[in-house]
Amino acid sequence: MTIKTNKKIIGSLEVLKEKARELEKELENKIIISVCSGTGCKALSSENLFSALKKEIEKRNKRDTKKIILKKNGCHGYCERGPIIVIQPQGVCYLGVVEKDIPEIVEKTLNGEIITSLLYYDGEGNTIKNESEIPFYKYQQRIILSNNSKIDPESIEDYIRVRGYQALAKALKEMTSDEVLNEVKKSNLRGRGGGGFPAGIKWETTKNTPADQKYVVVNADEGDPGAYMDRAVLEGNPHSVLEGLIIGAYAIGASKGYIYVRQEYPQAVKNIETAIEQAREYGFLGKNIFGSGFDFDVMVHRGAGAFVSGESSALMAAIEGNVGEPRLKYIRTAVSGLWGKPTNLNNVETWANVPYIIKNGAEWFTNIGTKKSPGTKIFSLVGKVNNTGLVEVPMGISIRDIIFKIGGGIKGGRKFKAVQTGGPSGGVIPGNLIDLPVDFDELDKAGSMMGSGGMIVMDESDCMVNIAYYFLKFLADESCGKCVPCREGLRQMLYIFERIMDGKGKEEDLKLLGDLSIMMKGASMCALGATAPNIVLTTLKYFREEYEAHIYYNICPAKVCKPLISYVIEEEKCAGCGSCAKVCPVNAIEGEKKKPYKINTDVCIKCGSCIEVCPSKYNAIIKRTGIAGKAITEKKEVRDGMEVT
Amino acid sequence: MNKNINTDEIKVNIVIDGKKVQIDKGNTLMQAAKKLGIHIPSLCYHEKIKPHGACRLCIVEIERKGRSKIVASCAFPAEEGLIVHTESPKVEQIRKNLVELYMALFPFNPEIKRLAKKYGLFSTRYKKEYNYCILCGLCVRYCEEVKKNNAVGFIGRGINKRVAFIPESAYFKKCKDCMECMDICPTGVFPSNYGIERIPQISDS
Repeated sequence: MTIKTNKKIIGSLEVLKEKARELEKELENKIIISVCSGTGCKALSSENLFSALKKEIEKRNKRDTKKIILKKNGCHGYCERGPIIVIQPQGVCYLGVVEKDIPEIVEKTLNGEIITSLLYYDGEGNTIKNESEIPFYKYQQRIILSNNSKIDPESIEDYIRVRGYQALAKALKEMTSDEVLNEVKKSNLRGRGGGGFPAGIKWETTKNTPADQKYVVVNADEGDPGAYMDRAVLEGNPHSVLEGLIIGAYAIGASKGYIYVRQEYPQAVKNIETAIEQAREYGFLGKNIFGSGFDFDVMVHRGAGAFVSGESSALMAAIEGNVGEPRLKYIRTAVSGLWGKPTNLNNVETWANVPYIIKNGAEWFTNIGTKKSPGTKIFSLVGKVNNTGLVEVPMGISIRDIIFKIGGGIKGGRKFKAVQTGGPSGGVIPGNLIDLPVDFDELDKAGSMMGSGGMIVMDESDCMVNIAYYFLKFLADESCGKCVPCREGLRQMLYIFERIMDGKGKEEDLKLLGDLSIMMKGASMCALGATAPNIVLTTLKYFREEYEAHIYYNICPAKVCKPLISYVIEEEKCAGCGSCAKVCPVNAIEGEKKKPYKINTDVCIKCGSCIEVCPSKYNAIIKRTGIAGKAITEKKEVRDGMEVT
Repeated sequence: MNKNINTDEIKVNIVIDGKKVQIDKGNTLMQAAKKLGIHIPSLCYHEKIKPHGACRLCIVEIERKGRSKIVASCAFPAEEGLIVHTESPKVEQIRKNLVELYMALFPFNPEIKRLAKKYGLFSTRYKKEYNYCILCGLCVRYCEEVKKNNAVGFIGRGINKRVAFIPESAYFKKCKDCMECMDICPTGVFPSNYGIERIPQISDS
């Protein structure tokens, strides 16, 4: 790092505040059109919308062009209805915008009019104009994500405008490092990566370990299937993570930081790198930050795409240049981490919380959420729910509120069956626990865990045995394979699940799964193996009858497991249109026009194409479960092997 | 903390299975147990090599500040006042399951045979897959740490992980003369491939 004499360097809190006011003035009497360019909306070609908007604005006369500011934002969270365009200062929110709407948007916005057809429609004849009034946003409490829709992630000036880096200035100029640490400790901020370990206590351990060099690390190796909140924060507001990291480094006394980002998040890597570059220019990184004598710099480390690298010791091994495998060490990384030096590792969201705690005080933070788990948490709400997207809610909110108030209920009006929380390490929470408050301890008690905040909603068409198999398969592929209980335990579990799903399950299989779970929980080297049985244990606890149906009756109640289902054409309903026979890839459907068709079950590969094309007025094809011709065995007493301490 | 004191010289007192022992700080529980003559089963532990903790047979239950925890004794450092149980009910329950799992992998190892007999296991309920190699990593680590050749390594991850020679390695020529990894293998995979019946131990010299 070289120090350049740079005009941009901001030396004090006053200058920073002045700058924020100046920047705010710039926006007076202007119309801001912001286009969401989070990865979700980008996939829906929001880039094209942006360039179309740009072209359209340039076409107008000069006076109009000057009036409009066009901006790219990070993820707004309502990914189900993207691409999203928000017009400030009125706060008009357009959902699902396509390119041909653009001229109209520019025209009407300039005239102060609103296009009703692009607004949120509640299904009962009402449209909602403002983003904050839409039910999806209304019931959320957005702190970390609050600035995502206001700022351009690639502009540090935007971040300064929303009072960015003022917490850093406050910490460095007005507080000692102990005071900063105490504030975080008082706030009882718990690690958002999943474990829920109090961040302040972790920081203190690193701070109190004597060493010539200490490190702080951001864990952005988000690998859970269906979870993307860290990506949204890093992409949409990278400076907030950076500010938190610098404050933490100051409190701990670290002079070097690493941001470990997945290679699969190119936009996040790009945005955080830009943010670091800009922070250096403004003197928020480098030597003598804010004239306080505190030196700190950050490097971005791209992950190599292994799920297990998110484990703290594996992540550090990866940064050091070794294979990303958990280390066999009984000394915490807070004491001996990167290159044997004390290293403090926190999740993206944890770091992003820090500036708010310093700015508003610990007391403000503890008033949000529950007593034991204060603050908000971002969940990525996915699966069979109407409004998929990112949801930031105070801790302690019930699952019902998240799924029905914010998520808008289950897709197609089907029945809610379960929600899978915590990624592959977590478990399922069944429908009868829907009023469970969501915080670290309550989810633990139910056998699942908070994890990094994935929430996969499942309805009655999901087979729990199949779901458990999916997560086990993911873990079996993503485990490092070092220790025997995890690797071989998962392999055996897969064999057992494959057997059950094939209709060849044995009576003793449930007991075997229980025994394997006990062994893996107790003997595995790292948390991946120790938490892997959670999905098996929770599905067995809450949905045991489904396992039994598979094993004793060869029935898959949700009609998912292919060997246990068959497709049948009901003769009296079939009009003989022949559309099913046309699409069948293996020619298993035979018949004559105008006469009922028949499916040859020996040839059928159960792809389900026929059921999709059968006209809804006939609805002649049905899915059946149970192996035809196989006698249903009498249900036998199941030995209980599930006593897990 | 005073830097002048060599931490290795500090002695700590621990209790293993009711027997007191004094041992250098930083030594592992496995070493302490050895001093007492208590045998802790293990497959991936070797005195000359850094602990790896893969086989998990060496798990013990420790009591610390009133809390109990299952740890791998081959790597857990001795601390003052630690109480260790090598055969507590919890350990025995987990180890029995683990041995049954090992019986599906390679039941021919003397240690596994002994433990199976101890737990009264005559057959395994798991799907038998005698692929022999349990990825204990002894060959890999021995080649790396003792011979400093790095001619054998791990490839892949998860359930697809396996051990393989690195053919491009310049050291491959040396392998012909060395072949010590074959002696160190606890499963007898390497020896059996070469028609060696017994599994000799490497001498301590």
